[in-house]
Amino acid sequence: MITQYLFYFLTFTAIFCALLVVFSKNPIYSALYLIVTFFATAGHYFLLNAQFLGAVHVIVYAGAIMVLFIYVIMMLNLNKEVEPHKSNIIKIAATVCGGILGLVLIAALRETELGEITEYSNNGIGLIEKLGNVLFGAYMVPFEISTVLFLSAMVGAVFLSKKNIH
Amino acid sequence: MLSLENIINGIHTWLNNTFDPTLALTCEFVLLGITAIAIFAVLGLVLVLMERKVAAIMQIRKGPNRVGPFGMFQTVADTLKLIMKEGLTPDGADKVLFNLAPFIVMIAAMLLLAPIPFAKGVQMWDINIGVLFISAVSSISVIGILMAGWASNNKYSLLGAMRSGAQIVSYELSAGLSVITIVILTGSLQLSEIVNAQQNGWWIFKGHIPVLISFVTFIIAVTAETNRAPFDLAEAESELTAGFHTEYSGMKFALFFLAEYINIFIACAIGATLFLGGWMPFHIGNWEGFNAIMDYIPSSIWFVGKTFFLIFLMMWFRWTFPRLRVDQLLNLEWKYLLPISMLNLLVVTVMAIMGWYF
Repeated sequence: MITQYLFYFLTFTAIFCALLVVFSKNPIYSALYLIVTFFATAGHYFLLNAQFLGAVHVIVYAGAIMVLFIYVIMMLNLNKEVEPHKSNIIKIAATVCGGILGLVLIAALRETELGEITEYSNNGIGLIEKLGNVLFGAYMVPFEISTVLFLSAMVGAVFLSKKNIH
Repeated sequence: MLSLENIINGIHTWLNNTFDPTLALTCEFVLLGITAIAIFAVLGLVLVLMERKVAAIMQIRKGPNRVGPFGMFQTVADTLKLIMKEGLTPDGADKVLFNLAPFIVMIAAMLLLAPIPFAKGVQMWDINIGVLFISAVSSISVIGILMAGWASNNKYSLLGAMRSGAQIVSYELSAGLSVITIVILTGSLQLSEIVNAQQNGWWIFKGHIPVLISFVTFIIAVTAETNRAPFDLAEAESELTAGFHTEYSGMKFALFFLAEYINIFIACAIGATLFLGGWMPFHIGNWEGFNAIMDYIPSSIWFVGKTFFLIFLMMWFRWTFPRLRVDQLLNLEWKYLLPISMLNLLVVTVMAIMGWYF
């Protein structure tokens, strides 16, 4: 019973803060609302008894948000006067693109079956042992390929930041 | 025998016999909250006094010696002074974030108390991913520091916060890697399991040189993560006035100050749990008599003793080493500590697979 209330509370927080990420004027506030959204999502993982995923979610995204925070302070111009005015055509294009993306998502989600979520809550599916067995067993190749992808991204970032190498 | 575990179990059974289970659970939650706050207050007072006394000994002077015997109530007087002072909010500051930041730092520090095993059978939440929980929650406090630095609308504060961010992003890596060496040796992330694995010897003795290396990297990285000298660039007094908490006054400043000391305690408690056996007494092989004497000392005293030994170590090198420059700090992490701890992780993995530890 209490998990159901927790679920509704977390879902409401996640959606509300996700909306505030978009609607708040100040990018710093957007970043902070994003943290709350991630924490609410991590709470969902904990409700599903996937504690490992929840903790990793917090580690990765809290770190990422920290970097984003620094990025916002350093890169974005927080002065309102010099902020470039966006023309109407860009605004219309953005709205249309967002609408199309929403359409695709709705079309994709409409067909999904909800399944029985309660079934997963007690067999320890999110515990590290099971997750490790799945990652290094059934999904070995995709997992390794994604690590190579991360490595190449890291090398690329290092290369791009060294400007004096030609 | 009177031990913390028996006292807690006694309270638990008494509450359950007197009230119905829901009310008893509520009572236990309230008691736990009060205990956590009490631990906070006492630790803050004790650690600040200890820091000042250790500093005094290092510099061959007396330290606080006016209020109470040997200056024991100096920190109580300081706390009273801070409570009486006005908590200013600067006009140009972002009011909401400015006032929220100290509490976020404080909440992060408080959450970290949950998975620590204080004594045999005394643990608030024995979560099965204890170590990961700690690294997840400890990264939250940086967000508080960044918020404080940005919301103060002050150049020094912002610089301090940015330095703190860069520092924690880098040093989290080697702290995590050195924690993982112990996780590999134990085969579990649960803190109680890690303590139980050290029944026949602490990891620092059982794990030979690789664990010793990861212990040293852990201590260095943790010192950097808690923003203490020689890595206290985030609040370098001679360069940045007071760093990210320049604009804070009164109790809001005190919260930052308190959270810093609590973080030191927690970092050292985790170091003691992972490397020095937590509450496990010191045992030597087959020396039955010696082991029996060691078992006679309560487990809580072992835990507190080890933790305070590590805290003393951290204070020792605060007053011994000069502060690093920013580039030296980042060089130390990315060019020395990180490669060393990565190699060390490989060595420990081989050691764990081959069973080369005792």
